[in-house]
Amino acid sequence: MSGAGEDRMSTNEWPLWEVFIRSKQGLDHRHVGSLHAVDSAQAVRMARDVYTRRMEGVSIWVVPSNSITASDPDDKAEMFDPAADKIYRHPTFYVLPKEVEHM
Amino acid sequence: MDARVQTLLRLGDAALILGQRLGEWTGHGPVLEEDIAMANVALDLIGQARLLLSHAGLLEGAGRDEDRLAYFRDAREFRNFTICELPNSGLANCAMRGHTQSGDYAFTIVRNLLFCAWQVQLWQALTDSRNPSNDAQLAGIAAKSLKESSYHLRHAADWTVRFGDGTDESHARAQAALDALWPYTNELFADDAVDAAAAQSGFGVLGAPLRAAWLAQVGAVLEEATLAQPRDSAFVSTGKSGLHSEHLDFLLAEMQVLPRAHPEAVW
Repeated sequence: MSGAGEDRMSTNEWPLWEVFIRSKQGLDHRHVGSLHAVDSAQAVRMARDVYTRRMEGVSIWVVPSNSITASDPDDKAEMFDPAADKIYRHPTFYVLPKEVEHM
Repeated sequence: MDARVQTLLRLGDAALILGQRLGEWTGHGPVLEEDIAMANVALDLIGQARLLLSHAGLLEGAGRDEDRLAYFRDAREFRNFTICELPNSGLANCAMRGHTQSGDYAFTIVRNLLFCAWQVQLWQALTDSRNPSNDAQLAGIAAKSLKESSYHLRHAADWTVRFGDGTDESHARAQAALDALWPYTNELFADDAVDAAAAQSGFGVLGAPLRAAWLAQVGAVLEEATLAQPRDSAFVSTGKSGLHSEHLDFLLAEMQVLPRAHPEAVW
């Protein structure tokens, strides 16, 4: 995998960037995909052309893909399965007073 | 012909022909992301052309719509500036040894820089709050197009700087493209009787007064790109009067073949 920084000259491939777009309605930037670009400024411009052509967004973030540290898929069982039977962690055992609406 | 119609044909044809040229890159761009970016620019230009040619057809009053004007006129009836029709490969005299591919991205980008910077000046003049075009439709088209052209200019300026201030080869190719294209910018600012009449009536604007701001904008990009501004020449191309280079016929043949072979074809 090519990443931002030193190895880009050796691989002769542009670094990879992850693109996040905030839509008109949404408050959060949402991950929409990735692209190759020479630097961050170009990545924003490329993201505009690749990911906002159909009025998807009003704000763009780009992050070098190699800056993201991800969990290991092989660790899925020990990382996430234990949460499956801990239903007491969901706040569903309280009776809400009638006066509290729209929770 | 009415100076207003002539003016709209010039602006509309310029957008249409350059849009068609840039569309040739679709599927052949240097990288996927840039391929999409250039296709976006091409489609923006064709969108501008549709509005301008539709308006031209209405003012002409002869029943010609945008498709009639785009597909059923011959080269001599087209009024685009010659710079728009030049092939993406550049001109023969700027072809560099060892580069035989059909498209030269430096040439494509530098042309966009020169032309889109002019478009930005033009749209601004037509929407100038102190003295806008007296044609509400044209002023509206200019206002919409200004946002698009500003982005096209940014896109072209970005690449021009990367090419000019890049490797020895990218610099040489950008400079060669600039040297070849520079004389063709004269036509954008060389006013004739049509321009004078359109400006006189308050419909259009003169080209010559736009050059100072255009030169400042383009010059700043060239400086950052470490490219040398070519010497001005007396050459003036004549596309806007219908006298074109040999390249336009080939472009039109490809662009017009389908509607001419199947005049009633629809999607």
